Amino acid sequence: MKLDCKHVWEHISEYIDKTVDAKLREEIELHLEHCEICSAILDSTRNILILTADDRTFELPVGYSERLHKRLAKELASSEKDSEEE
Amino acid sequence: METTEAGLIARILAGEKELFHELIRPYERMVYLTLFSIIKNETDAEDGAQEAVINAYRHLGSFRGEAKFSTWLTTIAINEGRKRLRKSKGTAEQSIEEQEENHDGDFTPAPLTDWREIPLEALERKELREALRAAVAELPGIYRQVFTLRDLEELNIEETAHALGINPGAVKVRLHRARMMLQKRLVPFLKTTAPARKGFFGRAL
Repeated sequence: MKLDCKHVWEHISEYIDKTVDAKLREEIELHLEHCEICSAILDSTRNILILTADDRTFELPVGYSERLHKRLAKELASSEKDSEEE
Repeated sequence: METTEAGLIARILAGEKELFHELIRPYERMVYLTLFSIIKNETDAEDGAQEAVINAYRHLGSFRGEAKFSTWLTTIAINEGRKRLRKSKGTAEQSIEEQEENHDGDFTPAPLTDWREIPLEALERKELREALRAAVAELPGIYRQVFTLRDLEELNIEETAHALGINPGAVKVRLHRARMMLQKRLVPFLKTTAPARKGFFGRAL
């Protein structure tokens, strides 16, 4: 069976995650070989995922880690005190 | 000296409390991003992240090691985020959360005939990062949360399903839709930020 573009789009996310079964995977790959549109969609989606996984894209607020550990240190100190009082 | 994660946890529970700093360090980023995916406000997300970490410390004794520590921690972060979201009642975000899968929107990607794989250096552009951040922020909550856990924090499908309390099928559907919405949103942008390939874009779409 020959896949049409729309059918490929429906499975593109699972194709990227390698969760499509072997037969469907083969059909999608055959389609991609001759379809520039679907290849472009696949490449652009993959690029977005590369960019998403890059730590520089989603940054933490400046000083986040320091503030977190300071708060945690306070909590640890107070739980220390509690267990001494028990 | 036991330095594996399970070993660290055992030592903390046995009284070496200071080691909790070390245990949490690899997951600080994940906790913040999880909170931010739910409440979308830097200050609130940071407060929530601190609260989630403190909660994890207080309840460490109830961690049984059946799930991964990262998944357990993510669940705590999600609960903290949801609690805060409920408190800020009347927000537009909340009504979106309640819509669940009722988005009859268009989840098809943007087809391009003049696309060539963009050079990796184009991905280095600051503008592109900003556009991606904005596009993710604009996703409906249920899609943004799944996208954040899967593609940003790199949890697997089962872990994401477990952390969000939904089934793996729903994770796949939401992830697919999130990715397609982002692709559609960002493709024109990727195109215009790749001037080296300008020649290829001369033809009409």
